[in-house]
Amino acid sequence: MALEDFVDLKLDHHSKDGIEIVDVEGEIDVYTAPRLRELLIELVNNGFYQLVVNMEKVEFLDSTGLGVLVGGLKRVRAHDGSLDLVCTQERILKIFRITGLTKVFGIHDTVDAAIGARKSEK
Amino acid sequence: MATVELSFTPLPAHVRTARLIAAAVARRSGVAESLLDEVRLAVGEACSRAVEEHQLHCPAEPVRLALSDIAGRFEVEVTDTSGHGTGSRPGGRGGGDGAGLPAGFGIAVIAGLAEEVEISETPTGTSIRMSWPSAGRPG
Repeated sequence: MALEDFVDLKLDHHSKDGIEIVDVEGEIDVYTAPRLRELLIELVNNGFYQLVVNMEKVEFLDSTGLGVLVGGLKRVRAHDGSLDLVCTQERILKIFRITGLTKVFGIHDTVDAAIGARKSEK
Repeated sequence: MATVELSFTPLPAHVRTARLIAAAVARRSGVAESLLDEVRLAVGEACSRAVEEHQLHCPAEPVRLALSDIAGRFEVEVTDTSGHGTGSRPGGRGGGDGAGLPAGFGIAVIAGLAEEVEISETPTGTSIRMSWPSAGRPG
C-alpha cells in the first residue's frame, strides 16, 4: 500500500431496516479506537440500540479495538439492544477466536445476514 | 546487538510505526508470510501496553523496541521503564470508563499469538520478549 493511500480509520453510519449500520475502514488500534468508542457512545446516547458494525474494510484490529466493541455491546445491552459484527477476514476473525469473543458477538458474513439474524430474533 | 532498535515517545500514534517496522524486519529475516499478521499484532499489543504504562508513570521516557534474528528465530523485545509491573493500570482496554476489557488482556492476546513469550519484571519496568521461527538471514 502506498503511503499516500494510507487511511488510519474512516467511520460512517447509516440506517437500514431500523438498524444502525456502522461502517469501519482502516486500522482500529490504541491510537484510533477512541474515535470508534466516541461514535458508539454517541449513537447509544441518540437512542440507537440496534447496531451492526461492518468490519469488512478493517485492516487491523487489536485488543484496544476489541475493548471498544465490548464496551459498545455492554452499552446497547443496557437498553436491551444488540451489537452484531460483519466480518469474513480471517486475520481479523483470528483475534476474536483467540480471545473467545466469537461466543460474545454475533459475527456475520454480510450486513444483510446480520440484519436478518437480528430480525429473526425479535 | 539487535538487528534493529527503535525508541519512541510514548504516544499511541507511534505504535503503528513500531508495528510496520517490526513486520518489515520480520519479513527481511525470513519469517513466513503467514506469520506476519501475528508478529504485527503481538508487537502492537506489547507496544500499546508499554505506551499506556509510560503515559501513566513516565511520559518523558521512551519505549524501546529491539528486533533481532538469532539462530533461526526472529526475536522482539519491548521494554518499558515505567517502574511498574504488568497489571498496574487501573482501567481496562478500550472502555476509557471501565466498559471495555480488563487490564492485562493485551498480554493474554500476545500469549495467544507468539510462538514463544517471556515476560519479565525488571528493576525498571517490564520486558516482553517474543519470538517466531525465521529463515536466519543475516541482518
